[in-house]
Amino acid sequence: MADDLIIEALRVEAQAPPLIANISARFAPGLLTAIVGPNGAGKSTLLRAMAGVVPTQGTIRMGAADLTALRPAERARRLAYLPQVHELAWDISVADMVALGRFAYGAAPGRLSAEDKAAVDRAMAATGCIDLAHRGVTSLSGGEAALACLARVLAAETPVLLVDEPVGALDPANQYRVMECLAALAADGRTVVAVLHDLSLVAQFADTVLWMASGRLAAQTPATHDAFAQHVPALFARTPVFASDGSSALYFRRSQGT
Amino acid sequence: MTRLNLTLAAMLLLAAMLALATGPDGVSPSLFAGWLGGHDPAAAIILADIRLPRVLSAAVVGASLGLCGAALQGLTRNPLAEPGILGVSAAATLGATLTLYFGLAALFPWALPLGAIAGAALATLLLASAAVRTQGMASLILVGVGLSSLAGALMALILNFAPNPFSLSDLVNWTLGSVANRSLADLAMTAPLILVGALFLFAQRANLSLLTLGEPAAAAHGLDVRRTRIAIVAGTGIATGAAVALAGAVGFVGIVAPHLVRPWTRHDPGRTLAPSAWLGALLLVLADLVVRILPTDNELRLGVVAALAGAPVFTLIVLRRGRGASRG
Repeated sequence: MADDLIIEALRVEAQAPPLIANISARFAPGLLTAIVGPNGAGKSTLLRAMAGVVPTQGTIRMGAADLTALRPAERARRLAYLPQVHELAWDISVADMVALGRFAYGAAPGRLSAEDKAAVDRAMAATGCIDLAHRGVTSLSGGEAALACLARVLAAETPVLLVDEPVGALDPANQYRVMECLAALAADGRTVVAVLHDLSLVAQFADTVLWMASGRLAAQTPATHDAFAQHVPALFARTPVFASDGSSALYFRRSQGT
Repeated sequence: MTRLNLTLAAMLLLAAMLALATGPDGVSPSLFAGWLGGHDPAAAIILADIRLPRVLSAAVVGASLGLCGAALQGLTRNPLAEPGILGVSAAATLGATLTLYFGLAALFPWALPLGAIAGAALATLLLASAAVRTQGMASLILVGVGLSSLAGALMALILNFAPNPFSLSDLVNWTLGSVANRSLADLAMTAPLILVGALFLFAQRANLSLLTLGEPAAAAHGLDVRRTRIAIVAGTGIATGAAVALAGAVGFVGIVAPHLVRPWTRHDPGRTLAPSAWLGALLLVLADLVVRILPTDNELRLGVVAALAGAPVFTLIVLRRGRGASRG
């Protein structure tokens, strides 16, 4: 089994105050961790810092390997990252775009090994993108683009997967398909970290939760009813209601008098 | 993809043969045959000393501009980028005109090409240091725009202080862009530099493809963004500087060639590089042929024809993008 992903004293500064400060946490293989917090809490910045795409102070390591010291391609073979916003500059096909996920293994569009092709096919099947393969990426809807970009990140087949709001643009069927896919990857022994806003999905799929507020880590807890009852009102000033059918689903009620 | 490159290369070869065989009296295959047969000394002078360097210059400059345009568009993820946008062409033109202004070009024949390359090298150095320091691509483009404006202002200053009408016309002529009266010696000096720049750029093919995703996602997939940026800036700097040294300022080929080949390269920036170079060469060889056979009193300049044909295409691309058509 792979090593835990460990972050210590992570800090990202744009200007004062820092975007995130003093964040330490541990992410174990086999678990799906949700990062939860209000808008502007620093969730995306934390994911960017862990992915190594913003200048960051602090430690990010897996076992003995210091991820910040690795060459970009070596890091990309251990850790894949799906940004929140999908920039697709040219009208390349979905299949070519997903194949870019194999870059760290020496692949390029039109130059894929059998292993690369198999990984691309698996990723497209898992996200339901096979029918989109020959579409140009600039003609995709928001949800289709989100699925195709997730496929690209899955194609890297890394031990660690960092995804920023993977279901924000998706319809309910696709939301559950993607969450089931992420949960299956975690069950398969990968370390999956997802920024999620839909707390009902968090309650149903996540194993642990990082609760964030104002650029700091409020707590890291298992995804239990007690944890939701304690942290959700503190972070969002709303009280969650748990479904009475015994599932983990939860929802919120409209405020009185509105 | 290889088929596209072969097709364009074959078309370039045909266009080059046509250009070699065409003179003021029209197409003369017999002159061509005389030269190849080795029994016509006049044909050898006309073809080997006058037409061949001219056709080769047009091809080499066109290839350089097409390739640099494709690479810069991939780097900036903007189909309107070209060597001019980073100010390298303007700085190279300034370097060349400075040698004309101070009379160095008249004293020492290699002064002008050296001046152009020095201008491009200086601009490239400034851009490379900016590429190391800046985070985003937009700021690098703005540095280029600033550099371009400064070079333009200094050009205006030189024209302002031109000592007499003759040197003014010399200076203006240089800025129009042409491959007339080039020698094989001029080519021998500049073509290797263009090749060096081209090798820098071709090495970045896969990196340019990955940059389709934007810099953060590309970096997460394992791209060394800073090194890629420096290599592309250096490659375009060297290749563009040498091209300007050979032909002066020739615009728009760098925008038009990649735009035209993109539908056949599946819009992939990496696979757009080589066909853009072939098509750039083809376009300039044909444009120079047109310039030679048009019966004007003063020969029309290649740079002028390129701008007259290229500017409307440029505007069309802008308008199509504005209507929300797919990018590129």
